[in-house]
Parts: sequence; C-alpha cells; structure tokens
Amino acid sequence: MKSLTSLFREASKPKKYFTSNNCQRVFSSSNTENGTKTTSMNMFQAIGSALDQTLKSNPNSVVFGEDVAFGGVFRCSMGLQEKYGRQRVFNTPLCEQGIAGFGIGLAVTGTTAIAEIQFADYMFPAFDQIMNEAAKYRYRSGNEFSCGKLTIRAPCGAVGHGALYHSQSPEAYFSHTPGLKVVIPSSPTKAKGLLLSCIKDDDPCIFLEPKVLYRSITEEVLEEPYELPLGKADIIRKGDSITLIGWGTQVHVLIETADLARQQLGINCEVIDLVSILPWDSETVCNSVKKTGRVIIAHEAPLTSGFGAEMAATIQEECFLYLEAPVQRVTGFDTPFPHVFEPFYLPNKWRCLHAIKDAMKY
Amino acid sequence: MFSRCNKLVSSQSTAQKSVWSCLRSLIKNDYATEATFESKPFKLHRLDSGPSTKSTITSDEAIEMYKQTQMIRRIETAAGNLYKEKIIRGFCHLYSGQEAVAVGMKSVMRPQDSAISAYRVHGWTYLMGVSALGVLAELTGRKSGCCRGKGGSMHMYATNFYGGNGIVGAQVPLGAGVAFANKYTENGGVCFALYGDGASNQGQVFEVYNMAKLWNLPVIFVCENNGYGMGTSTERSSASPNFYTRGDYIPGIWVDGMDILAVREATRFGIEYCTSGKGPLVMEAATYRYSGHSMSDPGTSYRTREEIQEVRQTRDPITSFKEKIINAGLVSADLLKKIDVEVKAEVDAAVKIAKSEAEIGLDELANDIYSNDLEKEIRSTTPFLFYKHNNSSGKTPINL
Ligand SMILES: Cc1ncc(C[n+]2csc(CCOP(=O)(O)OP(=O)(O)O)c2C)c(N)n1
Ligand SMILES: [Mg+2]
Repeated sequence: MKSLTSLFREASKPKKYFTSNNCQRVFSSSNTENGTKTTSMNMFQAIGSALDQTLKSNPNSVVFGEDVAFGGVFRCSMGLQEKYGRQRVFNTPLCEQGIAGFGIGLAVTGTTAIAEIQFADYMFPAFDQIMNEAAKYRYRSGNEFSCGKLTIRAPCGAVGHGALYHSQSPEAYFSHTPGLKVVIPSSPTKAKGLLLSCIKDDDPCIFLEPKVLYRSITEEVLEEPYELPLGKADIIRKGDSITLIGWGTQVHVLIETADLARQQLGINCEVIDLVSILPWDSETVCNSVKKTGRVIIAHEAPLTSGFGAEMAATIQEECFLYLEAPVQRVTGFDTPFPHVFEPFYLPNKWRCLHAIKDAMKY
Repeated sequence: MFSRCNKLVSSQSTAQKSVWSCLRSLIKNDYATEATFESKPFKLHRLDSGPSTKSTITSDEAIEMYKQTQMIRRIETAAGNLYKEKIIRGFCHLYSGQEAVAVGMKSVMRPQDSAISAYRVHGWTYLMGVSALGVLAELTGRKSGCCRGKGGSMHMYATNFYGGNGIVGAQVPLGAGVAFANKYTENGGVCFALYGDGASNQGQVFEVYNMAKLWNLPVIFVCENNGYGMGTSTERSSASPNFYTRGDYIPGIWVDGMDILAVREATRFGIEYCTSGKGPLVMEAATYRYSGHSMSDPGTSYRTREEIQEVRQTRDPITSFKEKIINAGLVSADLLKKIDVEVKAEVDAAVKIAKSEAEIGLDELANDIYSNDLEKEIRSTTPFLFYKHNNSSGKTPINL
C-alpha cells in the first residue's frame, strides 16, 4: 500500500492549495509519465468519481440520502441517478436516524450501503444508530453479523459563514467509539482513494468531507479506481524542527504555517496529514515527534476532548524523553461554533505560528 | 380627506401610532367597520365539527393583518437583496408566500400563547414583537439584531417565541414541553409547534405526538406544508401527504394556508379545543414558498417557473386578502397604498442601519455559554486572543 500512496502523490500534482476564491472546475484529461490517465478534479468531483465507480463495478451497491438524487447539496452525486437508476441512487425523507438505521439494515444483508448525511452537524440525530447499532453489531453478535458494508459520508468543518449548525467537526465524538472507522480527506486525490477504501472496508466507516475543500482545490486525479490505506497518516512535508499535525482543511492551514515558519524563523516544519482519526497512525506521528522533539496538533473542533487530546496523551507517553517542549494544541475555542466571529475562532496560521514560536523557544 | 394624516405619515415613524389611529378613525366614517368572509372548507380528521368557514373581522383588524403581511413580505425582499449584496452571509431562508400562516395564527393568539418553529422565522419573529430592524440586523450580524447578531437567520427569539431552530424537527418536542408547562402552571396557554412537510418525517415528531396525546397537552402541531423540503416534493418524501391525519389518534385539521382568515378560524378553533382540555391537535396549513429553499437554491430545478408563477397569480396570500377587504368595503385602496409606503419606509430605514451598524465586540464571542461559569477563561484561547466567560450585561433570558 505504501508504494501506492506515493504513486498517487506523484500522480496528483496539486495545482493550488486551499485559497477561498480558487474555484476551478476544469475537466481535462492528461497522461502522466507512467501512462495512467488523470483528470483534473475538485473534491466533489473526485468523490463523485468514487461513487460512480463503485456503482458501476458493484451491482450490489446503493447511494442514498437527502436530495442525493439531485446531486446532494454539494453536488457529489450529480448525475448518478440518471446513470444507475432510482433503485440504486435515491432520495430519502428527512430523517437522519432512519437513514443511518436503514443503512445498517441494508449493509447487514451484504449490500454496499453508502449513505449521505447532508451536514455532519445532522449526524447527531443519527448518533445512536451509528454508535450503538453500527459500531457494535459485529462485536455483540460474536462476529456472526456485521454492517461493515456501511459507509456514511457527511460534509464537515468551517465554510466561512456556516454558523452553529453548518460548521461543526464531530470527529472526536466518533473516535470514542470502538467498531467505527473515521476518515477525513484533505484533497481530491485523497478523497477518492480513501472513499473507495472505506466503501470496500469491512467495517462501518464515517467519511467526513471538509466542505470548504469541495471546490477550492483542483488536482490531477487518477481516472481509474484506486484505494488509499486507512489508518495511515501522510507526511505531506518533511522537516526536522517541529511536527505539525492536522487533518482536513487544517492540513492546508499548516502548510501555510510551515511556509511562514520557514520565512520568519528559518525552520523546517514536518507537516503530517493524519487522514484517519480512528484508528490513527500513532507510529508515523510518534516517529516524527521523536525526530523533531516538538509537536503541534491543530484542529477546528473545540479543545476539550478534541481529538488532539487523545494524540497528546499518546505522544507524551511514547515520546516523553524526546520532547523538547510540551505538546501543544491549537484548536477552536471551547465555545459553540460562532456566527459572525468565525475567523477569530478558527486555529488559523497566525495562531499556529504563535504556537511554533512558543515551542521553539521553550 | 387624508390630508391631515398625510402629514403625519410623511413625518417620522415616532408618529406612526397616531397615524394609524387617525387613519382608522377616518375610515370608520366612510367604510364598513366589520365584514364577514367565507373560506374554503376545512378537512377534518377525527373531528365531528371543525372551524367556522365564516370569518368576521373589523376594519382595524384587517388593516393590522394587511400591514403585517406586507411587512413580512418587505422584510424578506430586503433580506434577499442584502444576501445578494453579500451583506448577509451564510444561511438565509425566506418566508415569502407563507405569510398567511403566521399572520392568521398570530391574529388570534392570546398573550399566554406561544410558538416555536424551525429556521424560516423572520416573519414569526417580527409578529412576536421584534422590529424590522431587529430582524434585519440579526441577519447582517449587527448590534441591533434581536440576538445581537449571534444567531443569524435561523436563530431568532422573542417573548413567547421559542425560536428559530436549525436542526430540522428538533423544535417539535420542545413545543410539547412548553405545552406541558402551560398545563401544570394552569396559565391557559397553548403552544404552537411549527414544522415543515419535510420535517414531518423526523422520528421525534411521532415520539412527541404520542407524549402529547398521552398527557393531553395543549399543543397544536402545525405542519406548514409548502410542497417541498429543500428539493424534494411532498409526494416523494412522504408516504401520506395528508399531514393533518398523521397524528393518527390526534385529531387534525387541514386549512388553506394561503388564506389568512381560514388560518385565523382554524387557530381560533384550535385554541378553544386545547384549552377545553381535549389535548393536542394537528393542523396542516397548505402553503407555498416563492423563493428557493435558502438563498443558495434558485428553487427552479425541482419545480417549474410556471408553477411558482401560477401560485403567485392565483393564490398569493396578500393579493387575495387585499382584494377581499377592499371589495367588502372594509378599507380603501388608497389607505392600503399608504400602508405600503409606510412599510417600505420602515424597512428601508431598517436596512440602512442593518448595513452600516457595527457588529458586537469580539469579547462577545465567548459570552453566554453558561450562566454560571465555573472557569474564568475560555479554554484554547491564546495570549493575543484572550476571552473570558461572561454574561451579556447580566440580562435574564426573556423567557424566564
Ligand atoms: C436534522 C437536519 N437534517 C437536515 C437539515 C437540512 N435541511 C434544512 S431545511 C431542510 C428541508 C426541510 O423542509 P421542510 O421541513 O419542508 O421545511 P421548509 O424548508 O419547506 O420550510 C433540510 C433537509 C437540517 N437542518 N437538520
Ligand atoms: Mg417544506
């Protein structure tokens, strides 16, 4: 799998990283050196491509959710009902608990069930089904039954103006639930490969898509189906001074922070995209921290019981004698997600840079 | 004959109250003081008799209701424009087309009655006592907003209005809770729990139907059926589109939600029913939303422009009400025109402030998370962004 990851790193030449007004929607085919065909895609198109290929190759797969037949709010499933019919791509009524439970039922019969919850903030009405039913099906039946063919996709994270109920990052809630896998892509290439892996994977997967990335990054993405490993972090940029860890949108903030740190402090940051929240790749993370001796974890969700807390605990245990500075977390505040104050709430590059300075001079 | 009033109208809105009473006293000289109108028949579920299809209103009431519907329409038009100008950001759901539901209900609600709804609440908020400015400035996130800009479009509150709720269906059980309190405090109040046709399929709606009937709570479940939940029409989302029957063991009424007076009579009946101890009711108001679901939805991919046009031309709640009250001689067309001008002036003035006013201070970011903050500081803030827990000027919430 490792080589596959690097192959796709090569295949995907990011045209531009996250900047809010960069909305490219170009479709053009080109060939990479090794002869594999790529297409320029943004993240919603890459996700659409994964769904399309699943429906095509696996006749026992279905896609459903609120308004997905029309493409869904973020257009990920655009055109799929026309292609695969109403039996396989369909709208559900507005009932998240029902959608999740229905998906579990489908999956337990062996159907590949791909459910969309319109916004991650609306996963909470479905929370019971996900954490009590889906996560524990295999365990409580002594492996006689499982709903591993279930994948639940949902857009998450800040978008600039989403306010309280269209902005939240609920990954930490799910990370507290053995039996689930939780994945967050940070680019079109990753989104396609990881979604295909989640769909194939034999455990129920929660696939959280940072909604601000749907249109803001365009990459050359392989046209063919491919899978990327679950549970594996991705070192986006090598460095030796400090390790910066994030996922989803925050990865792009950390890349910008690393640039700033190089300019202002003359240091090389190692930037890690955690990719999988559950299980998370403590090996890659701890190896990096042992090398750099300093680490910052950044996420949009609030600090207290955010996923950074779990990582910090493991890092101090595994890397105690290597640490040159305390593990730091740069996160959303312990407040509800604010309406007009979003820019202040988010762990932006200035806050991350500030934490780097603290760590460097500790 | 309106010359004295004209002067008042053109002077500033402080004089507004006296303008209205002046206009009214003049009308009363020349026009009927009362008229009775016939509405479409209601559909009933498990009820032997229903609301009256005859509705009698005074000219004062007609003027009041006309003004309210126009005001809501204007506020929504202004909101739509502010959104297009990118002054309102984020989510913004307009109520245009559905005004008759709120206005008809409010016209017979008593001081002890209350309402709770979802996110399409600019109109309700206005009716429950917030000014046009309070609504519009909330939308633009400014100081004069009814939640000081902290809630935005979906979250607005007023006395006895338990708000705007962003999670579809979540408000419905709360309505039953409010009704339970009405019952045991014996304040005689009825709570209106409003939700959409889309929301009606949420499991918690059915949970609370049962609770409400089991305990015979004074709650009226009002399904505002505007034909669509985002892009999904009722036929495609709902196995039974007869929302007024979906309480099964709870009696129900279907009412033409484009007719203010029909809604008024249905509501009057409902209040009477609930306060006589018979328990809950389901009321389906058949209505229509003119705009897309929210501002990012053009609203034409799942329905035709012709459909929207047809409703606008044949069933518009304001046009039909206007015709009725003019034809019955309750008000003059001139007077209504003057009201239109007044309403426009008030909304325009509100827009101006809602555009130019400042936002609340950054320190408010962390205010009002708790009443009793056990920690002084907000966790995760940094030395250059430092926030303390705080309460907004020690205010007590208006609902308490
Ligand atoms: C739990 C939850 N799921 C989904 C949404 C997204 N959403 C907001 S409004 C809406 C449609 C609701 O339709 P309806 O109840 O008919 O109300 P209307 O918009 O027509 O007033 C949806 C799906 C949400 N806000 N909350
Ligand atoms: Mg609706």
